[in-house]
Amino acid sequence: MTELLEPRAIGRDMVRRDGEAKVRGTATYAIETPVEDPAYAHPVQATVARGRVTAVDTSAAEALDGVLVVLTPSTAERLASVEDREYAVLQSDEVDFRGQVVALVVAETSEVARQAADAVRITYAEQPHDSTLAVDRDDLYAPEQVNAGHETDTAQGDVAAAMATAHATVEQTYTTAMYHNNPLEPHATTALWDPAADVPLTLWDSTQGVHPSRSAVCGVFGLEEEQVRVVCPFVGGGFGSKGNAHAHVMLATMAARAVPGRPVKLGLTRQQMFTLVGYRTPTIQKLQVAADRTGRLQAIAIDVVEQTSRIKEYAEQTGVPTRMMYASPNRRTTHRLAALDVPVPSWMRAPGECPGMFGPEVALDELADTLGIDPVELRIRNEPGVDPETGKPWSSRNLVQCLREGARRFGWADRPPPLHREGAWLVGTGVASSVYPTMRQATSTAVIRYEDGRYVAEIGAADLGTGAWTVLPQIAADALGVDAEDVEVRIGDTRYPVASVAGGSSGTNTWGSALVVAAREFRTKFGHAPADGDEASGDVDQASTDEDHSAYAFGAQFAEVRVHADTGEIRVPRLYGVFGAGRIINPRTARSQFLGGMTMGLSMALHENSVWDDRIGQVAKHDLAEYHVSVNADVGDMQAHWLDEHDPYVNAMGSKGVGEIGIVGTAAAVVNAVHRATGVRVRDLPVTLDRLLPALP
Amino acid sequence: MRRTGPAPAVGRMCAIWFATPGRGGTCGAMAPDGVHAEISLTVDGEDHRLTVDTRTTLLDALRERLGNASPKKGCDHGQCGACTVLLDGDRALSCLALAVAHDGAEVTTADGLAAGGLHPVQQAFLDRDAFQCGYCTPGQVCSAVGLLEEVRRGWPSHVTEDLTARPELTHDEVAERMSGNLCRCGAYAHIVPAVQQAGGVQA
Repeated sequence: MTELLEPRAIGRDMVRRDGEAKVRGTATYAIETPVEDPAYAHPVQATVARGRVTAVDTSAAEALDGVLVVLTPSTAERLASVEDREYAVLQSDEVDFRGQVVALVVAETSEVARQAADAVRITYAEQPHDSTLAVDRDDLYAPEQVNAGHETDTAQGDVAAAMATAHATVEQTYTTAMYHNNPLEPHATTALWDPAADVPLTLWDSTQGVHPSRSAVCGVFGLEEEQVRVVCPFVGGGFGSKGNAHAHVMLATMAARAVPGRPVKLGLTRQQMFTLVGYRTPTIQKLQVAADRTGRLQAIAIDVVEQTSRIKEYAEQTGVPTRMMYASPNRRTTHRLAALDVPVPSWMRAPGECPGMFGPEVALDELADTLGIDPVELRIRNEPGVDPETGKPWSSRNLVQCLREGARRFGWADRPPPLHREGAWLVGTGVASSVYPTMRQATSTAVIRYEDGRYVAEIGAADLGTGAWTVLPQIAADALGVDAEDVEVRIGDTRYPVASVAGGSSGTNTWGSALVVAAREFRTKFGHAPADGDEASGDVDQASTDEDHSAYAFGAQFAEVRVHADTGEIRVPRLYGVFGAGRIINPRTARSQFLGGMTMGLSMALHENSVWDDRIGQVAKHDLAEYHVSVNADVGDMQAHWLDEHDPYVNAMGSKGVGEIGIVGTAAAVVNAVHRATGVRVRDLPVTLDRLLPALP
Repeated sequence: MRRTGPAPAVGRMCAIWFATPGRGGTCGAMAPDGVHAEISLTVDGEDHRLTVDTRTTLLDALRERLGNASPKKGCDHGQCGACTVLLDGDRALSCLALAVAHDGAEVTTADGLAAGGLHPVQQAFLDRDAFQCGYCTPGQVCSAVGLLEEVRRGWPSHVTEDLTARPELTHDEVAERMSGNLCRCGAYAHIVPAVQQAGGVQA
């Protein structure tokens, strides 16, 4: 049990502190850092998917006015560590995927850098590549573990026996597409190497964590942490793709070290982002679900096949939510990977839960259909009293309340019958559950200081639009017992104490916990009448991490879909989400987080698809004209609501994290509504009109 | 689905095949090297005279030459709307404009809109939390200001039912007209009421 803070600033609707700068466009993002006389770097990318660089002719590039240096595998500095092959840029002649960087131009202007990059002539010895994901590959393997340290496989009971004897079963394969995070701000780094300075390397990097970014660079270049400063006050979105440093951070550093004293700006193009900054692996999910005649699950199993790159393993934990979501005596989850000649996959919003709640939540809808049980009721009947995987009690679990509250707000009871038609439109509604684990990272420190009559809290946290600039002062204020207006928070710089990555919806939980410890330490040391300059520091409180409970946020999403009977056009006029996500620190910024996740989930359902061309080993739709994301006109009446939830086991704020759960389950709710409207069961995302047209009345 | 939004900016001398008469300036004078040209731009009320590489987009001229990073680069191909500015009063995609083709043009960025305090559109975006990361926001703001003027002029959109009446700022009209500005944080549900609020409609 944790003593929860008395909420005074927490729970208040507070306007974003960085809002005015953002609506004016004066918030400074990494590539915009005002530096003296910057040079510009532009990468040259491999045009084969596998092979070897046999010759690099830089003469035409170097002959151009304004070119400062062209770095190639033979001229680039040798890195201290090449262990991480995504980071081992320009260290060998090998080409491991199409789009890998094989040279880097640094020039006086961005125009010349780009022209020179085009002028670099690369000759390859091309080898056959293999970039096709399939379930029948004979080289699928089980990774040692999957993302976030989860077990690769789990099993309990006998799924096959339950499938053979159950009243009703569903056995189907579902797929999610390859997705690219595509934050609106392209990944970028401004780098300055000044060997004579106390801190020789400064990186203004667009990152979800300045300290993790610094660690990555230090490891690759053999630098001490004291030699590197990473600064990032604002991040133009990341959704996981800025959670880890990617190759361009190393390239920017390398470029800066090649022109000492000269700041270098490296901004990736939108097209380059489709190969260099990670993506969500496509997943193939084989589901087996068995139930008795009342709908109680007798078995649930998910066998996942997905891809990783040949040079660096990333294993999306797609099967993990199936382990804990519903009660069932017989369960199995497995993950198998294909290591391909493809770019390195990585985190994208709600890794694991987002794809992993597609197959199961559609399968449950199919089961509800088979049994003639309402899909809301079916989920309620399978509510587990304790975590089915660990046997631990829930810290709090309000899935049933979310389903009931959502059904009430949505008007679920009055849902139209299957294949309901209004004029030219077929109308249907669908539901799915959401879940996301409540996490806190092991490392973060905050300092609180009394300065000029107000409190200043410093921590190297990141605000990628999540609201950290606004929410952290609210937490510090309640921990100190003062008004939020009396607290200034400074984040986004390694000059401030170490902070964990903004990922896993753990930022507020982790940094807030450190702030609370620091505030309590401050009051213990200095009481309520501190002197100017008094300061105290606090580490994230491991002692209060609750090992005896299973902690998750839950939610329910309801979609109304209209499909045009003649054209197959799919519209989603209503999408409601209800969440139990602990105490909401700031309803304004939290609502935006929920809605943002749901919008990205809608986008996943209907639009997003990084179509892979395995003949050349590249995403065919590698820009925003072809990789469609939801636009304003795709969003109708979209609402996010939450329950008042009191959870004394998660942290001192009682917060669970709100950044990712909104995308979990959305696509399944839409697909289930499409089925109700049209009778067409789509098991492969995205739902596009060509999949519906042949079956429409 | 992508429909109405900011227009590609075209100069009247250089891009005659789809020129917008009377707007966006003319071509600057070419320097003897055949690569650079001298142009003047008025940006947020301030006059500038500058020599640009003729390949420089209006967006890069603003960001990399004049130090005005209010318009953002999200795609550099006119696909996302983050670079939207007001070019002689109309919303335009500055990444699809060559600076040299807009000699003499008057450019207003989101920062310029706030010269006398926040513009009502900006205040409405703050009030409605119509953004998160903020990167698409200056473009959204400029696009919304342009949109309100287009509606005032009576321009119809793809979803306007009555082409002869002045369009109303309904949800569908605003959503349609803001669909050239992508927001990956997914603030659309708040952007529409913000634009309606700025347009004097209770939402």
